[in-house]
Parts: sequence; structure tokens; C-alpha cells
Amino acid sequence: MSEVFLNGKFIGVVSDAKKLTDSFLEERRKGKIHYSINVLYEGALDQVNIESSRGRAIRPLVVVKDGKPMLTDKHIEQIEKGELIFSDLVKQGVIEYLDAMEEESALVAFFEGELTPEHTHMEILPLAIVGLCTSLVPFGNFNQSTRLNAGSKNQKQALGLYAANYLVRMDMDVNILHTPQLPIVKTIMHDSSEYEKHPSGQNVVLAILSFDGYNMEDAILLNKASIERGLARSTYYRPVISEELRYSGGLIDEISIPDKDVKGYKAEHDYRMLEADGIIHPEAVVAEGDVVIGKTSPPRFLSSLDEYNLTTSSRRESSMTLKHGEKGVVDFILLTENVEGNKLVQVRVRDQRIPEIGDKFTSRHGQKGVVGLIVDTPDMPYSASGIVPDIIFNPHGIPSRMTMSHLIELLGGKAGALSGRYIDGTSFESENHEDLRKELASLGFREDGTETFYNGRTGEMFKAQIYVGNMYYLKLKHMVANKVHARARGPIQLLTRQPTEGRAKEGGLRLGEMEKDTFVSHGATMVLKERFDSDKVAVPVCVKSGLIGYYDKRRDRLVSPIFGEGADMEYVEMSYAFKLLLDELKSLGIYPKLILKEKY
Amino acid sequence: MKELFDDYKDKLPTVVLEEIEALAESRNLNKTQVKKVIELAYEEYRNSMIEPGESVGLISAQSVGEPGTQMTLNTFHFAGVAEFNVTVGLPRIIEILDGRKNISTPMMEIYLVEPYSKGKDIKTIAESIKQTQFKDIVKEINLDITEATLEIKIDFEKMKRLGLNEAKLGKVLEKSLKGFTLKLKDDTLTLKSKGKQDNIAELYKLKEKIKSVYVSGIKGILQVLPVKREDEFVIVTAGSNLKDVMKLEYVDKTRTTTNDIFEIQALFGIEAARQAVINEVYNVIENQGLNVDIRHIMLIADVMSFSGKVRGITRYGVVSDKSSVLARASFETPIKHMVEAALTGEVDPLTSVVENVMINQAIPVGTGLPELISKVK
Repeated sequence: MSEVFLNGKFIGVVSDAKKLTDSFLEERRKGKIHYSINVLYEGALDQVNIESSRGRAIRPLVVVKDGKPMLTDKHIEQIEKGELIFSDLVKQGVIEYLDAMEEESALVAFFEGELTPEHTHMEILPLAIVGLCTSLVPFGNFNQSTRLNAGSKNQKQALGLYAANYLVRMDMDVNILHTPQLPIVKTIMHDSSEYEKHPSGQNVVLAILSFDGYNMEDAILLNKASIERGLARSTYYRPVISEELRYSGGLIDEISIPDKDVKGYKAEHDYRMLEADGIIHPEAVVAEGDVVIGKTSPPRFLSSLDEYNLTTSSRRESSMTLKHGEKGVVDFILLTENVEGNKLVQVRVRDQRIPEIGDKFTSRHGQKGVVGLIVDTPDMPYSASGIVPDIIFNPHGIPSRMTMSHLIELLGGKAGALSGRYIDGTSFESENHEDLRKELASLGFREDGTETFYNGRTGEMFKAQIYVGNMYYLKLKHMVANKVHARARGPIQLLTRQPTEGRAKEGGLRLGEMEKDTFVSHGATMVLKERFDSDKVAVPVCVKSGLIGYYDKRRDRLVSPIFGEGADMEYVEMSYAFKLLLDELKSLGIYPKLILKEKY
Repeated sequence: MKELFDDYKDKLPTVVLEEIEALAESRNLNKTQVKKVIELAYEEYRNSMIEPGESVGLISAQSVGEPGTQMTLNTFHFAGVAEFNVTVGLPRIIEILDGRKNISTPMMEIYLVEPYSKGKDIKTIAESIKQTQFKDIVKEINLDITEATLEIKIDFEKMKRLGLNEAKLGKVLEKSLKGFTLKLKDDTLTLKSKGKQDNIAELYKLKEKIKSVYVSGIKGILQVLPVKREDEFVIVTAGSNLKDVMKLEYVDKTRTTTNDIFEIQALFGIEAARQAVINEVYNVIENQGLNVDIRHIMLIADVMSFSGKVRGITRYGVVSDKSSVLARASFETPIKHMVEAALTGEVDPLTSVVENVMINQAIPVGTGLPELISKVK
């Protein structure tokens, strides 16, 4: 007797488990049981598991009977004619979905050629063992799996054309690549995923060589002329959003040019680009700090006194400005209402991004890198035929990572570009690279893809032959323009008087606990003291009570909190954070008494 | 010559002087030559010493802490024996430095005297050291509800291997099972309550209790494994009981050891415990293929043991000795320290590093150490 479990719960016993699973499969292939329900007989435990729960990853396979796939030429013919679609094949039991559990009972053939009577299933396509992004890596079967992972991960961050209607959309953080292209070296997935509708890279001429050390540690070099011709240009879109909020008491925000008597009024200069409705005009060139949407809000706390105060308006300034480090051109303005019926204004700012040092690029093989130098074209190495590469890639990135596909794509790209055709680089079923070599040779190039190169500065011939070819390169969304940050002086926090944190707030880089320890272990006392004096204050301390007093400006006197004016007071230098700690201790009811002593 | 060495008696370590003396003899050096050697040695020695104001503690912490980030693999398994693994790596270091009384995997290395160390009766010795509980020599235990008896089938073969007989077993059981009658028939032992006849609950409790009754061996030794090291046999054990193992006559008392520092402290005193801390920490670091100068570890061991008993580097241990309230509060549980300091009216002399960093004053370390002796008028 075998036990039967449905979704892990015991539901009964059967005398013949084999019969149960066999008839189950038969019924499922007939379509009488839903295709997403899976079954497995576990011999060791003598139990039948049936799974119908949600969240199981299932994948389609061709059913094989007696060493023959159920999918016949007739089916394919019908599909080509449009008489059959994929779901019909599932209904007919030609293709079925297995989950991780049922896969245990399946023997899956990779190619049709290796089918034996023992096989129960066959891959629809060898490429189907990998996912969507991974199947976009050409010649992926020549790679280590970790590189494939890296390659497919990188592709997700590439700039391209994410949606054709981007001009009428208001998405946050959008990047559009200016002249995207289809890759010369394609895989079958580029066709089936309609990659031509949302391409995300460009075909470039790539040379593999070191250059002055500016492409050390995965950096790449860009040809200045290529950039000037528009290589890897993109536009960054970002909306500024503001709405007229309603507050209790019938008060409401107002989108308009703020009056000068509004609390927190900025300089007149900052509002210069606003039109009468308080919103900036399209195609205005804006930079950090410029007001994009002028807005005023009602006062935060309405005290009874203010209501009789007729002389000044107590409204607050709450305009939307461009944040620190942002710049661009006003692209599009949307005036609408939100769900609550409040006025909603969205202003989209665009910024052209020309590749610069520090921008991140990648090929499709996990060979990501950052631009190390934009080389003046006259300095670029050139080939015997006068070809100047767009990108110079460092050969040291190859041996340790073993991305063979990177090298094969370069060769394939070259052959494809020269003979004017797309190359099929689908993993496991790609064009033979030996044939590509022969094709290259027949086109009058060296079959190994190398060419003689000359030093652009001296005109000397390089002793080595340089591997050069065409390759699909992607610009990734991590651009320095969004990340550069430095600070010498800047804003401080109100509470601790220490520098603010983070790029958006123009903050400092924290010298933390462990970094502090390095100064201590070097015995560099004064360096440490100086580094940590960002919140240095000199406060008057009452010698008798040991408490911090204050300076009374009107009477030009120091005042002790206990002994009042005229008490013996001394200025003491300390970090403001420590003064804050003393205050917090006082709030706990602890009396922190400072005992003063002459230093010298 | 003699007076020359006497001059440097307090200036150079004895080992160094002895070495020079031996050298002078073997090389036949005259007095001026020896003097030169000693002077050079003294200069070298002085240059090698840590300078005043060096933050040795922090440097030790960094020197142990940085390799700690690279440590991998938490446990080490002995081949073949289930439930016999040893905590190594970072968890072990944390355990030692925290001064935990109950370590996660106590372990002993028992060295033997000849001829046992060459393999004589090694299996019997190992088995006899291992703690045997009643459940280890029992095949099955049945609770007979109708008769209100416990029927226990005993594995005599196993008993024989452990060197036990019926009489000995009976003695042990009678001692720990008062109020019950024992009857042995063939291999079945029947237990019956002397008092109330049908107290099943009592009997059920007994069934659980009897399993863990100590029968023979050394208490605390849970597993034994004889291993061959170079050309002698060593018994590695899981579980530790140094005191009782040392009583056995076939044990080499000079080399047998445990990884339980507190056991060593109880048996041999604080100096041995200090050395045990050093050995244990150094072994872990070495096994990870890392390299830390032993003096860093010695310093840590000194800090842990200078009070006379081993204390961990925790807020209950050595940190509680810090004179500064602020320093203690910045380590752990600040509110507790602040409130207690307030209640007792504690004065913080601001003599150490942490508190001076907090108030942004020069720290008394390195270049911040020197002060003026004379008062400025």
C-alpha cells in the first residue's frame, strides 16, 4: 500500500502506485487534469506526491514515447501555417509542464539525436535550459556559468528604448539610448523576444590591447571621435512632482509664484523662469536650486495669536526645486488632478548624457567596466587598413574570467559586419566558429581575427598582432553624473552640528569607528583631534556648578544656570555632540558636573 | 668576563645573555670582543622594544580582528564518528575571548605513557574512558502497564566489551534506583516498585530517568577516538574531564590537555590558564592558514588573566574594570552605566582613549602622551 499526499497532506492509500501515476499522466496529457498539476512516486518512501499548489516553477518539455518525440513534423508544419499554437500542443499532450518534483522521474534528452527508449522527455530547444536574459548571451555555452549570470545581470541594467511611448509617460529615473542598434551577433531569443522593438546597445569596433594603463582593472577606453559621432549618448528623464494638498480648516496649498513676504522666500533670481501660473515654461534650461514649480503652503501650526496678525501673510514657501547636482532642460509639463481631486503638476526634466570618464559599459558576457579615459582620436592606435577602434578593452580581463564567448562574439561580429549579415550565436546551436574564421579569411582578413596595428602617437608598428572585431556593447544605467560627490565645507545637521550624510544632502564621508582606530594605532593624536573637530564648540562652563552656561549678549556677560550672572565661568572647548550628551543626561535627571582644571 | 655579564643582568634577558656566553666560549672571544657583542645586542634589544605611548592593545585588536574577517569554516569533523565535531574559526575565537564557561565543544587530547602509547590495549583503554550510561548497554525498554513493571533487555555483549559484569551493574543500579526491586532473568531485567503497586506515572518517570544513569567510564567523556600521531597513539575525546583523566595511571600527565580553559584554571592555576588561552587562540588562527604575531595574543591573554582568574572581554569581564564611565557606556548598555555612575557620584578622570575621542580632546597615546611637568605661570 502506498500513501498518497496532496500538497503535502495525507489523503489516502493506493494499492498500485505505478498505476495511479501512469493514469494520472495519461489523463493530464488528455487535458482532463490541469497541466500545472504534477505527480511523483517516491519509491524509497513508498508514497505518491501530487502537487497543485501555487508558486512552483514549471517548465515545458516535449513528451517522448518509446524514444520518439510526440512533436512531429506535422505539428511543426501546422504551426508554421498558423493552424496550431503553443497552447494547442499542451492540450494535445505533446508538450507538458514539469515542476522540480516531477523532474525527478524524468529523463530529458537535450537534442533529438540522443534519444533512447529510456527517455521520457526532450527539451523543446537546448537553449530552454537557461532563462530569457541568459539566452540573450551569444555563444553562452562556451562560458563558465558564473560569467553567464554576470552577463545576464548586466544586460538588465542596459540603457535602451524601454517603451516606445516614453515621451508621453511620466516614469521616474528614465534613460533612453539615442541610437540603439540590433546586435550583429544575435541569438534566437533576440528574434522571439522582438528585440528590434526595444534594443539596448550598439555595435562597436573593439580592439583588445592595453593602453598606457588607463584601462587597468577592467577599465575601457573610448575613442573621442566615436563619442562625438554620437556613440552611447543617452537622455536622462526625471519628473518633478508637486500637488496642492488640502489641510484641515479648509486650508490648501497654492501653486503660484510665491509672494515676497512668504516665510522662507528664496532669492528673486530663483523664481525667474516661472510663468504666471507658477510653473516653469518648457525648454527652460535649469540647474540645481532653480525653482521648477512655485508653491506656498498654509502655516504649519495655527496659534490663536497669528489669526489676529493681519500685517503679514504667514504662508510658507514650499516650491519644488532641482535637487543638488541636477541639471537639464524642461521637457514636458503635465497638469492634472490626483485621485483626491487635488491639482497635480508634473514637470519632466531631460538631460543629455554624453559618455564621460566613469560611465559604466559592458559587453554581453559579464565583462563590465568603467571608462578610464576618452582618447583623442589622433592618439588612438589604428590598423593597417586605417580602422580606429571605438573601444579598447584590456586583455587582462580575459584569462581569469575565461569568457570564451566574448572572444567568439568579436570574431563573429567582424565576419558579420564584413559580409553584411547577422550571425547566429544561439547557445548550443550557434554557427560554428571555425566556419566564421574561414568566412573571415575569404573576405581578405586574417582568419584569427588579428590585425597589424600602429601606435597612434609615434606611428610605430605594434610588435603584437591585435585582436580586433565588432561587438555589441551596452551602456549601463550607472553613470558618474548621478554619483559624483565631494565636499569640503557644507551643510551640518541641526541636532548634532555634525556634517550631513549622503550625496543628496551634500554630505561628508564618515570617518567611522574603525577608521578612527587607525589614527589611534598610529599614535597620530593631533591628526585625530583635527579630523574630529567638525562639531567643535567653545562653551562657557560655570566652575562652581560644573554646568554649561550661556553668553548674554545684551548685558555682555556670561550667565551660569545656577549661580546666575557674575559667577566664575570659563570657556571650554569640546565637541558639540558631547555637549548634547550632557544635555540629554540632564533630561534624564542625571547631573553631569564638569570639574575644571588648568590645562598647563 | 663575569662582571661584564653581571653588568647587563638587568638590562638584557637571561636567555640572550646565556646565548652570548655560549657563543663567546665556542668562538673563543676575548673580553673586548665580548663587550662589543653585548653592547650591540643591548642596542638591538632596546630598538626592538615597544616605545612608550604605542597603542599596543588597539594594534593587537586590529591584528586579530582583521584576519577574523577572512575566517571560513566553523566546524571541523573527525572522519567516521558521528556527532564528533569541533568548533573552530571565528565562533571558537569569540568563545575563548568572551571567557565562556560552557564551551560548545569541549575536547581532550589524552597522551599515554609507554607501552600504551605504542598501541597496547588502546581500544580497551579508550572504551573504558568513555562515559557509559545505562541506555548504552540496553537493547530495549518495555513498560508493562498491566503488571506495572519495566522490562529491560540488556546487551551483554556490549557490557563485556566495556568490561562490565552483572554484579557491577546491579550495584550501580541499586544505588540510583531506591524503592524498586530488580530481577534478572536471562537477558531481561525486571523492575518493580516496592511501594504502591500501580503507580504508572512513577514508572514512566523511571523509564526516562534510568536511561541516563551513569554506569562506568569517566563522566563527561562522550566520545573517544584513538588516533595515531606520528608514531604514538593519542586518544581524542569529545567532552572533557581533565581532573578525572589525570587520575588514570596510564595517562601521560605532562602532555594530556583539554580545550576547556576553566578546567585548566581550576586544576593548574592562572598561569596555565593564560597559556591555554594563548595556545587555543593561536591554534585556531594557525589552522585557518592565517598569520598573527603571538605577542598580540599574549597581550590579550594577559589582559584576560592578570586579575588572577580568567575573565572574558565582555561588559561583565575586563571591560567593567575601565575607570571611565564614558568608556564603559560607549561599549555596551550605556544607560545602565550612566545611571549607576550618577547614583554613586562617580568621577570620570578622562585618562583613557575612548572618552577623550568623545569630547574631542587629545588622546593620551602616541604624540598625545607627553605632557608638561612644570607648571606654566
